[in-house]
Amino acid sequence: MATDSPHRPTPDQLLAEVELEEIRKRRGRLKVFLGYASGVGKSFQMLDEARRRRERGEDVVVCALQPEYPPEVRAILQKLEIIPMLKMGGAEAIDVAAVIRRHPQVAVIDGLAYDNPPGSPNAHRWQDVEQLLDAGISVMASLNLQYLEKLQEEVERITGKRASCTIPRGFLDRSSDEIVVVDAPAIDSLSRGIAAADSATRLAEGHKLSRLRELALLVAASVIDRQLESYLRSHGMDWSWGVQERILVCVTPKSSTAQMLESGRRNADRFQGEFYVIYVQQPALSQHDRTVLEQNLDYARQLGAQVEILTGLDAAEAILKFAREKGITQIFIGHSMPQGAWRRLWSNLIERIIRFAEGIDVVVYPHPR
Amino acid sequence: MSSSTPTRAESTRDAPSKRPAQLRVLLGYAAGVGKTFRMLEEAQQLKRQGKDTVVGYFEPHGRKDTIAKAAGLEMIPTKTINYRGVDFQEMDTDAILRRRPAICVVDELAHTNVPGSERAKRWEDVQVLLDSGIDVITNMNIQHLESLNDHIFNITGVRVRETVPDWFVKSASEVVMVDATTGALLNRLKRGDIYAPEKAQQAMENFFKESTLAALRELALRQTAHELEIREIAEMPEPAEGFSPASPRPEKAVRDRILIYVTADPSTAMLIRRGRRMADYLGADCFAVCVSPHDGRRHLATQDIEAIQKHLNFARNLHIEGRTLEGDDPAESKRYSRDYRGGAPPAVSTGDLSASADRRRSRLFYFDSQSVMKLSGSAPRPSMFIQALARRVYTGAGAKGPGVMPAVAS
Repeated sequence: MATDSPHRPTPDQLLAEVELEEIRKRRGRLKVFLGYASGVGKSFQMLDEARRRRERGEDVVVCALQPEYPPEVRAILQKLEIIPMLKMGGAEAIDVAAVIRRHPQVAVIDGLAYDNPPGSPNAHRWQDVEQLLDAGISVMASLNLQYLEKLQEEVERITGKRASCTIPRGFLDRSSDEIVVVDAPAIDSLSRGIAAADSATRLAEGHKLSRLRELALLVAASVIDRQLESYLRSHGMDWSWGVQERILVCVTPKSSTAQMLESGRRNADRFQGEFYVIYVQQPALSQHDRTVLEQNLDYARQLGAQVEILTGLDAAEAILKFAREKGITQIFIGHSMPQGAWRRLWSNLIERIIRFAEGIDVVVYPHPR
Repeated sequence: MSSSTPTRAESTRDAPSKRPAQLRVLLGYAAGVGKTFRMLEEAQQLKRQGKDTVVGYFEPHGRKDTIAKAAGLEMIPTKTINYRGVDFQEMDTDAILRRRPAICVVDELAHTNVPGSERAKRWEDVQVLLDSGIDVITNMNIQHLESLNDHIFNITGVRVRETVPDWFVKSASEVVMVDATTGALLNRLKRGDIYAPEKAQQAMENFFKESTLAALRELALRQTAHELEIREIAEMPEPAEGFSPASPRPEKAVRDRILIYVTADPSTAMLIRRGRRMADYLGADCFAVCVSPHDGRRHLATQDIEAIQKHLNFARNLHIEGRTLEGDDPAESKRYSRDYRGGAPPAVSTGDLSASADRRRSRLFYFDSQSVMKLSGSAPRPSMFIQALARRVYTGAGAKGPGVMPAVAS
């Protein structure tokens, strides 16, 4: 099964992965504790892990702290070695030189998204982290979701605010080896008494936090999805189970596909899934057909679909091959075709797709006549 | 019974003066991610805040850190039940009810009680606690969610027998993800923190493969996000306001309908799970329909009738309403939605299923791929579409073990 898998890596891909792996080995590993707000327990979880690691004999050193902590966190800190931060004109920065001299296995940084005071060698703390990683020191760091640059727009839409200092796009994608979500309810219903005055503002705040929370979970899920995909690819394994829903809509020149496209889009949204639209090339399209097809594909692009045009004598085979490659979980296909021979061919195609699309939902979509 | 369960949040809104018991589910993706630890940590915190908190059931698994976390918490002694000469320890629900704490923590929600216990499943015991007004914090893994059973089988090759129905999790006031990286989890396993060495080796060959764990973890994160979203929607006073088109949300008013065609074929269980899951995500109502021959021309074999009954029961356990129609072929169930007039079954109004001029409301039909072939002659009407889950009972091919009949609750 694996031998003819479309995911079988090419030698070049393998080489690139090997080189990447070499670089990873020399570099320290980064582990980010991602929370959707302050106060969800990032510091506690990270520092408690630092404590456990130290008790197991790992050389762990704390090199950046928040100004204040609750008692249970202070108790943990007493069991950890701390490299004091540099004080520069009322602000604080990691003493990078001291940490590199001390060269622990793991450096703990509570709060990744800080700007360094003016005059520091690096403008941003994430650059300090890069330096430590390059020096072969692993880093555990806590991060609040709203400081991720790539989520700025979405966070702003939820909170109405834009963070001043951000972690650039690509920082986590490039070097983040691991990401852990620190999750907690937005409003703790258990420590709340009976009908504790739920003011409108408090509820609105709760909704905002819930949406940020959802965003954090989905960000982590997509990071894992990417890692899983590359893991499977590098091991020559088939991408046979869709953890994420992926919706595929097959369009034709003749059908009125707007409704089917909208329905596909809606399913993709509700499952937070991916959305593909394909057209399998057919011979000899009339001018009118070509126009309709272009309109359909334009509309698909407008709806944010990843549009692809496939070739292949056997449309069913082309569709199924594409579906398997992309890990599609739902195929949408229009039911009716014009009269005559085409119609029979088309039903035949649908039957074959249903029969062979094992594990995939096939949605046969009617078209108004 | 309604096919959709109101979330606890929804029922709260109607009676703001009386707070119903709260259920918090800590969701993990494998043994050893830290669910029990987190649960006890929360119990300690609540106790510090002065809440009357007890431990109703706790499975130490011989883990040092976890046992230390339980220190100082009040434990309700378990109940000994003898089954075939062996003593089993089960949660003593009656003792908890007599003790009447404000909050009770209960480990391993998906646990099946030993025969001879008052209730078959631990989640049913938890329901009893909730009904009597006791808040509960409990935990489970993603693989124990009923609607994901087939999915989990595909990923792991293991048929999970202990499941919790989705509606029960949906009824929780909060679902919280307990996350850990797969790397950290594998390290814990290798250190012997999770299982004894021989069991650890076995575990590494099944659930504890890196790719398997990553897939389970992703599923758990997505499920938690979904649980959050449905609660948000339930609490939302009116639909859609304030949401930008870039991230549209399901609108409350329009509900899709999903109809599952039930046969004696074992793949029906998968259709039911998939249909349930689809309904939950699309915010749709869900029905299960089977067709029994009405004129005695073709009699169903006894075992087929039993299988169909089993499937309808299974659907009911997942809060999917079942209906038996008279007729001969699967097209009948389609006609059901189209032609059913007068004497409509109480919860399924005719209008619900058939009249659908509203183009935003779609109806999905789940047929197995065999039955859908019989349908293909009769072209579906506009604005109605058929979803054929072309899913067979998996045998061999990548999955371990023999072809396993889907687990069906009877």
